[in-house]
Amino acid sequence: MRKKAKIEIRNLTKAFYKKQSSVTALDDISLSIGEGEFVCIVGPSGCGKTTLLRILAGLEQPSIGEFEIRSEQEGRPLQSMVFQERGVIPWLTVKENVAFGLKMRKMPKDVIRERTEYYLKKTGLDPFSHLYPKELSGGMKQRVSIARAFANDPEILLMDEPFAALDEQNKFILQEELLSIWSETKKTVIFITHSIDEALLLSDRILLMSAQPGKIIQQVNIDTPRPRTVEDIRKDPKLAAQFVDIWKHLQDEVQRSRKENK
Amino acid sequence: MKKDKATIGRDPYEIEQREWKHRQSKERYKQLLTIASPIFLLLLWEVMSRTGIIDIRFFPPPSAILGTFVKMIASGAMADHIGVSLYRIFAGFLAGVIPGVVIGLLMGLYSPIRHFVQPIVMALMPIPTLALLPIIIILFGIGDLSKVVTIAGSVFFPVVINTAAGVLNIDRIYLDVANNYGAGKVQFFFKIALPGALPVMLEGIQMGQAIALLTIVAAEMMGATSGIGYLIWTSYKAFLLQEMYVGLILISFFGYLFSLMLRGLQKKLLPWR
Repeated sequence: MRKKAKIEIRNLTKAFYKKQSSVTALDDISLSIGEGEFVCIVGPSGCGKTTLLRILAGLEQPSIGEFEIRSEQEGRPLQSMVFQERGVIPWLTVKENVAFGLKMRKMPKDVIRERTEYYLKKTGLDPFSHLYPKELSGGMKQRVSIARAFANDPEILLMDEPFAALDEQNKFILQEELLSIWSETKKTVIFITHSIDEALLLSDRILLMSAQPGKIIQQVNIDTPRPRTVEDIRKDPKLAAQFVDIWKHLQDEVQRSRKENK
Repeated sequence: MKKDKATIGRDPYEIEQREWKHRQSKERYKQLLTIASPIFLLLLWEVMSRTGIIDIRFFPPPSAILGTFVKMIASGAMADHIGVSLYRIFAGFLAGVIPGVVIGLLMGLYSPIRHFVQPIVMALMPIPTLALLPIIIILFGIGDLSKVVTIAGSVFFPVVINTAAGVLNIDRIYLDVANNYGAGKVQFFFKIALPGALPVMLEGIQMGQAIALLTIVAAEMMGATSGIGYLIWTSYKAFLLQEMYVGLILISFFGYLFSLMLRGLQKKLLPWR
């Protein structure tokens, strides 16, 4: 029961050319992601998952192939990215960071204020809105990054390992917060991670990627009902089996690429 | 683990507050040291000069220099010398900083400009502006303008280099953020490039300020009829060493003052650091 395609990727290939060693980061990727779907891409480091996200984010051009993000509403940005921890701009206050996308798009002032305030509240950042990021913890910084992306109200959200630098407890809290905001907006999300647990908790579908050349080698649908919590993931025997399955796949992948690169 | 008996059952906040007060007084102590160090140097000088450890003819005691300074102020000539030098320093400083910042930003933002201008900057930088002073005087006369040009020429280089470096050293991820969130050229400049480059740029301006003072004295020594440098030079030639020291100490005082002012400005402009 796949919904309407929101993102359509067709035969996308990205190679990096260098005189000594050229790399195929993405090899003929075709993919269709439905409206409102939460997709996690899991793979070993260097498998090109970040490259794929950067192409969708317009920060990199594909070598071959194309992609399309279906626009639903006039004037909405196609995508917004939640960057890794360093993506919060240090010389802007928390509030200015959250309002950044809206300001760049020159939205009316009252819209900016209203939406910024809404997401500051939603992420619990409102007491800190006039602080600079240096005064925030890693978890708080990532809340800024998430609030900035949601406030921008894009067609789809792209997340590049947003919780990778956080400690376990903070990660759990932020994951659940993200799910709660997401369930309210029902945005289409592509989320990159190397944590299988994280992928199981968050996604409707997990895409497993291989390294060099970067390919999608398997897809796993996660139909555990929402809302999910970290405890559910740990208790559910079906998810435990899926964890092991994905784990093995990645293991094989890492072994293979290690052998080939010797 | 052994527990200190005295701390058991007491208010932890009280203990922490004591700790905090201790840190505060330590901070104050450090500030005191900063203020005390120039005073200490002057006192040491005074004592050594008065006791004859250093030759009083070459190193007159600061108190005597201060007396001479007061006399010179009273005679009226002093204020003119200070005024004219300060005017040249400020005018030259601005005439060097403004193009330095503008060209530096252009170099940082546009790589063709950078690749074209950089070799010129690198080739011209090692030439001391003072070595060009004869030509500058021929072109701009013996008045204020030649001094302003000389200072501007010296201040320009550290500012242009630091400004360009400041832009180039902005973390790539902020450029990605700006791109991804659809920043236009103007917005990119004001929200990312300028604030991101500011810390390193201000370092360059700080350096430029020091160079401006170094340059003014030398420039006024070589071709001028007024100013602190002129005062130092003519006093030296007449062997009026106390008057000469008045000039030297004035320069050092202004250097100190300008550094403090720039540091204050830095704190104001960079609250996020």
